[in-house]
Amino acid sequence: MNLNVLQFKSDSERLTHNLDHRERIQSALKKYYVARDDKKARFQDWQAARQAAAETKWEAVNHLDKYLVEFADKIEARGAKVHWASTAEQAREIILGIVKEKNARRIIKSKVMTGEEIHLNAALEAAGYDVVESDLGEYIVQLRHEAPYHFVFPAMHLSRGEISDLFEKELGSAKTDSPEELTMIARRVMRDQYLAADIGISGANFAVAETGMISITENEGNARLTCALPKVHIALMGIEKVLPKFEDLALFLPMLGTAGAGQAVTCYNSMYAGPRQPGETDGPEEMHIVLLDNKRTHLLADIEQRDALHCIRCGACLNVCPIYKNVGGHTYGTTYQGPIGSVITPHLRGIQEWKHLSSASTLCGACTEACPVKINLHHHLLHNRRNAIAQKPVWWEQTLFHLSSILFNHPALWRLAAWGGRIGQLFHPLIQGTILDPARAWTKTRDLPPVADQTFKEYWRSRQK
Amino acid sequence: MKITLFVPCFVDMCYPNVGVSIVEILERLGHEIEVPEEIACCGQPAFNSGYWEEAKKVAIPVLQRLKNAEVIVIASGSCGAMLKVFYPELFAKTEYELDAIALAEKTYEFSDFLVTKLGNPDLGARFPAKVTFHDGCHGLRELGKKKEPRELLSQVRDLELLEMGEAETCCGFGGTFSAKFPMISTAMGEVKCASAIETGADFIISNDSSCLMHIQGLLNRQGEPIKTLHIAEVLNSRR
Ligand code: SF4
Repeated sequence: MNLNVLQFKSDSERLTHNLDHRERIQSALKKYYVARDDKKARFQDWQAARQAAAETKWEAVNHLDKYLVEFADKIEARGAKVHWASTAEQAREIILGIVKEKNARRIIKSKVMTGEEIHLNAALEAAGYDVVESDLGEYIVQLRHEAPYHFVFPAMHLSRGEISDLFEKELGSAKTDSPEELTMIARRVMRDQYLAADIGISGANFAVAETGMISITENEGNARLTCALPKVHIALMGIEKVLPKFEDLALFLPMLGTAGAGQAVTCYNSMYAGPRQPGETDGPEEMHIVLLDNKRTHLLADIEQRDALHCIRCGACLNVCPIYKNVGGHTYGTTYQGPIGSVITPHLRGIQEWKHLSSASTLCGACTEACPVKINLHHHLLHNRRNAIAQKPVWWEQTLFHLSSILFNHPALWRLAAWGGRIGQLFHPLIQGTILDPARAWTKTRDLPPVADQTFKEYWRSRQK
Repeated sequence: MKITLFVPCFVDMCYPNVGVSIVEILERLGHEIEVPEEIACCGQPAFNSGYWEEAKKVAIPVLQRLKNAEVIVIASGSCGAMLKVFYPELFAKTEYELDAIALAEKTYEFSDFLVTKLGNPDLGARFPAKVTFHDGCHGLRELGKKKEPRELLSQVRDLELLEMGEAETCCGFGGTFSAKFPMISTAMGEVKCASAIETGADFIISNDSSCLMHIQGLLNRQGEPIKTLHIAEVLNSRR
């Protein structure tokens, strides 16, 4: 077993035993469900909206070359500089290059999941720069030296008490139980950071080809300050974020708010189309866009699973995933957790190393049902499994399935199996749960059903006589 | 109508009464039942584990044996989804594709068959108890059946249906998942059991015995008195 699997298994086991953790995630998400359903009801027809969104993304992703160039040309025409990064390393180099050239010292960041993907903070810190996350949740996990726990709620695994203790230890603030006060503590720290920062780094929720602008969605307003106050603004985004038309935002912004956090629309939705223009009084002097591939074209080349690039990172699939709700975000060991993470990580980081994520699902389909852009998530998990096995079958599993196909195809053998099962279960209690028990993984916590005295087929035969 | 009944492997072996109940109900309604002896399994375990070639070894004989069937009733939501949704995918672009599509079209999960094909006839069932219903994910999301089993239960005399909060949440069985990731599976099952128990029901009913196998396995270990039953057993009840 590779390290990633062992890590996943031990972390998931530890966390499923942590009832506080389970309770915290599940009760938080219960509130989400109620809010989401309420906001969904405000759409005239949620299913039709999903269909329209899926079609728009289909168009965008299928003609990515065209729309990306259109976007780049338009935003460059207004003075932004567009950089193309094939790999994580290139993206880091580009950003480090800009930071060095500007003689910057302090960097403030906001809403950059792709930053996590390319380990940007570590690279910047290793090069001697101060980096601060400006979103409250991200700031909290940064202080804890952790990765975000969830796309939309990066610190949802922590209680108020834990956050207060963290602030007390790291910032010397007084203990408090009030969310407002906790927010204010972080805000006071942040205010100075904005003023001191030379460079602001953001992500992008969408990039509009038609008008050459990026759209950023947030609830705290930190991204606005990050993008506007420092002299230089760098936006790092995956190439799949592009939308063809400005009017597409009219659908995608409320959809993201609804599916993501159960809001009609997020509090702040800003668009950025280049640096400060002549005659304007504020905004950054320079704007850079870094377009990141990092194996997304890999996924693009796979016609069957290409639609996984439609993802708008709303987090809805995580919110409804019964696996996520029990093991939490960190267990996945990936930048993108939950169902969508399990679908794309094998493409982005190697199928043999990450195929276990595709297996760690019951294929219940709650994610597919929730996804606002209709990505067929759980079927893609099946495809990942098939692709991993086709490339490299596990010999004993293959043998087992081969033997069982013989068993299923021969009624006499099947009858024998029933007979064997009846005998076997007489002895099973002696070994149940011990190392000798072949069904131990199941019987440690669950009883096995008894083999019936008379199988259905035996009943049927006896009736035919 | 001549009905071919598909009793999946684990139902045959561990839950024969589900099959017997279906036979009795359909015969009482005047239909003729055929049970193909050679068919034991639909191939779902291999398919879901990624072994599509091995799954085909099980599925091809099923296709061949059921080719001439008039209508097929299958005693499990999950195996029903295998026949209806996944066979066409498994055999896409092969010589069996058309057979798979034809099979999918004439296959019904049992509760769906009663409602969609037979128009929810009164079965004269009586089951004086409080029950709650668990939606098996495959029946619910692959086959899109949510109201059908509930309509059937609404006909049962003296039965009180109490909906649980987590009715649509996966119970954590997931076939080989339950053995590959036993702790996650157990944790999911605990959520399901707690939600069912909270309703105060005496029985958890489902149209999928595989989910019930998992749920009952957990309940036994926890020493909970609430019991599980397949919907066919309830519909065949006269207590
Ligand atoms: S896969 Fe769908 S539900 Fe999940 S984060 Fe992406 S858009 Fe949202």
